[in-house]
Amino acid sequence: MDVIIANLPLYLQGFGQTLFLLVVSGVAALVLGTVVAAMRISPVATLRVIGTVYTEIVRNTPLTIVLFFCALVLPLLGSKLPYMVAALIGLAVYTSPFVAEALRSGINGVAIGQAEAARSLGLGFRQSVTLVILPQAFRMTIPPLINVFIALTKNTSVASAFFVVELFAIGSKLANNNGSAVIPILLGIAFFYLVITVPLGLIANQLERKWVVQR
Amino acid sequence: MKRRKYALAAVAAAAALVLAGCASDGGDGGSGDGGEKPSFEAGSTMAKLQEAGKITVGTKFDQALFGLMGPSGTPEGFDVEVAKIIAEHLGLDPEEDIEWKETVSANREPFIENGTVDIVVATYTINDERKEVVSFAGPYYMAGQSILTLADDDSIKSEEDLVGKKVCSVTGSTPADNLEAIGAEPVLTDAYSKCLDPLRSGQVVAVSTDNVILAGLAAQNEGEFKVVGKPFTEEPYGIGLAKDDTDFRNWINDVLEESYEDGSYKEAWDATAGTVLPFVEPPAPDRYEN
Repeated sequence: MDVIIANLPLYLQGFGQTLFLLVVSGVAALVLGTVVAAMRISPVATLRVIGTVYTEIVRNTPLTIVLFFCALVLPLLGSKLPYMVAALIGLAVYTSPFVAEALRSGINGVAIGQAEAARSLGLGFRQSVTLVILPQAFRMTIPPLINVFIALTKNTSVASAFFVVELFAIGSKLANNNGSAVIPILLGIAFFYLVITVPLGLIANQLERKWVVQR
Repeated sequence: MKRRKYALAAVAAAAALVLAGCASDGGDGGSGDGGEKPSFEAGSTMAKLQEAGKITVGTKFDQALFGLMGPSGTPEGFDVEVAKIIAEHLGLDPEEDIEWKETVSANREPFIENGTVDIVVATYTINDERKEVVSFAGPYYMAGQSILTLADDDSIKSEEDLVGKKVCSVTGSTPADNLEAIGAEPVLTDAYSKCLDPLRSGQVVAVSTDNVILAGLAAQNEGEFKVVGKPFTEEPYGIGLAKDDTDFRNWINDVLEESYEDGSYKEAWDATAGTVLPFVEPPAPDRYEN
């Protein structure tokens, strides 16, 4: 315990980096994923195909390989991105198909009558998606979406292998410098991840109760 | 209130998972080869290991020249050879009776403390902090932190030229902390091999860690990189074992000294790290008082 207290500033520095990774790549993944989900339900066949191919390719590639590409291959192709940005892009891209799939399951859960009603009111595709379908779909996708973000929280630790010093990297550093207290240090690291993930789970339960679509 | 219970259960489960990663496993090894066996005092660690016919050794699996997992399924390198010398002196068959376990920087002490491994030979720097929880035989090799640059880069001659520059090293390693201390800007990843691409693409000016590891990297990429300057730290590599097992520690020190004498140490060196590094006289074991 003393070890954790003594190194609290370092823990917090790592925690801040992890939180930053989570929030920025999470928001980006949400935007990207929404676009992909919209593509997959669009009336245009080409868009549907592109959306499906993107989802299948990215979803089935291990995160380590995605980040490896962003951090080590892109520079060889001439990119001059800082490693933090490379990690953010990698995490956002990797997470987006999971967001898209969660959304799509929600969209499929919206009664078909809703879409038909929107169309009979004279709304175009874009309007019926943004005004009628997505708002209802979002509510139904809250639980799976939160799951995606809990997974993303833990996935940020992979960035430690690609030049980003976040919580997990701080853990390795402290473990190396405090050989006599490795287990407490790792438990401290686990605790900081729980500080993020446990509230996320609780929020999910709350929102689910509050927002669930009344049928 | 039910919810709070769940949250607590979640915390407990997570802690259990972290600890489960360090569980040790028993299991019977085969018996020795039935050749000449040295005899040890009953109850000593050496006698127990000989009795079991097996020794579990923690080493690196990703460190060229010292401990690198080869296609054969057993690690190869100087650390591996040193462990084999120790096994041999126990009367075990170095090819059959050693169980290799991968140890990384963060799990070396826990593995020794909970008995997952009997000894650790893994480019393991002896220091006082670690001596609080494990004991060290050796040192059997004296390494030192050095610098690797592109072969055509003449701007960096010593560690002073690294101040304020981006230098690649490995997360949670002593060299990374040393870089911070001298005022360089560490760029960290999880394996030294990954440091080479940033060096090639100019995102870092150098890679810095123990000279022996750099030599391995330079050897694997002929003509692309060079090791510059003199080592600016001293990293005595020791053999980690259970704390206060003084008999075992003294015995390993005896074995090391004997291997210096009878040439088996040099043979082990020549076959592994010696392919790219000059042979230096081994340091005398430090028989420190507990």
